[in-house]
Amino acid sequence: MSLDTTTLIAILAMAAVTYLTRIAGLFVADRLVLTGRAKAAFDAIPPAVLVAVIAPTALTTGWAEAIAAAITAVAAFRLPLLGTVAVGVIAVVVLRNLI
Amino acid sequence: MDQANPFVSTPRRDIQAGLRDIAPVAVAALPIGLLFGAIAAAKGMSTLEVLLMSSLVFAGGAQFAAIETWISPAPVLTLAFATLLINARHVLMGASLTPKVRMSRVQTLLAYFFLTDEAWALSERRALERPVTGAYWFAMAVVLWANWTLSSTIGAILGSFLGDPERIGADFAFTALFIGLVAGFGRSRVTLVTVAASAIVAALVHYFIGAPWHVASGALAGIAAAYLAAPQETRS
Repeated sequence: MSLDTTTLIAILAMAAVTYLTRIAGLFVADRLVLTGRAKAAFDAIPPAVLVAVIAPTALTTGWAEAIAAAITAVAAFRLPLLGTVAVGVIAVVVLRNLI
Repeated sequence: MDQANPFVSTPRRDIQAGLRDIAPVAVAALPIGLLFGAIAAAKGMSTLEVLLMSSLVFAGGAQFAAIETWISPAPVLTLAFATLLINARHVLMGASLTPKVRMSRVQTLLAYFFLTDEAWALSERRALERPVTGAYWFAMAVVLWANWTLSSTIGAILGSFLGDPERIGADFAFTALFIGLVAGFGRSRVTLVTVAASAIVAALVHYFIGAPWHVASGALAGIAAAYLAAPQETRS
């Protein structure tokens, strides 16, 4: 088993940042009351980040990936998480063989 | 079990309640952990590196995002910034939960290492009836943490035997996973505007400028779009 130094630093940085976000709420519990647009912007962070990460794969790789992403999105509102993943993976394998 | 005298809280009962509440979540997370480990191995991470990341970071969304954009050598600042963006929601979760937990400051500092969407949601639900004790919290937290660390490590070991991930569509698995996670945020107008702005900007930036700039620019576009699309007055 190997351990790359830069990878280790990246893991430790991710761990430190994550722990800080986890305990920060403890110190702002009395003060952090977001309302209106500020709350909407804060609530939008997780979906905005998740979409930004996958957008290149989903939209600009090829037709198979783009169509599979659309099929997955339809499934996502009807199936549990694992079912959604299964539909997406099967769709992309089938479409790559067809297109 | 709690029905006999629901208002008496003993550590034993709290541990049992924690285990009972977390069990279905742990079962659902098991294949996700295997998947993470397998994809991380396919991207070139060693089993030890996967074990360290899952046990120390313990945040699925941030870990999948890191693996999706993984290159060697690892871009430390980019990964840290993406992690901060994805996990910023923890601040609100911790702020909301803190008045409801019955633990000392030091215990809470240790307890919140294990703060996840799932443990938070279950604790908020339990807090409607009674305070969240350390026994309840740590029973849930340790099970979920051990489950995630073990399943992703096993996934990394098995993944190195799977070979080319494209052949079985495994490279698309996290794209599908993220679509499923995004769907969990609902179909409100603000969410749809957020998703559209983030997707378009991220795809364009990736196409014309390249990785890893699409993550931050797409995310910021989505956040700005949510700010503009939301009504000015409080509505929550």
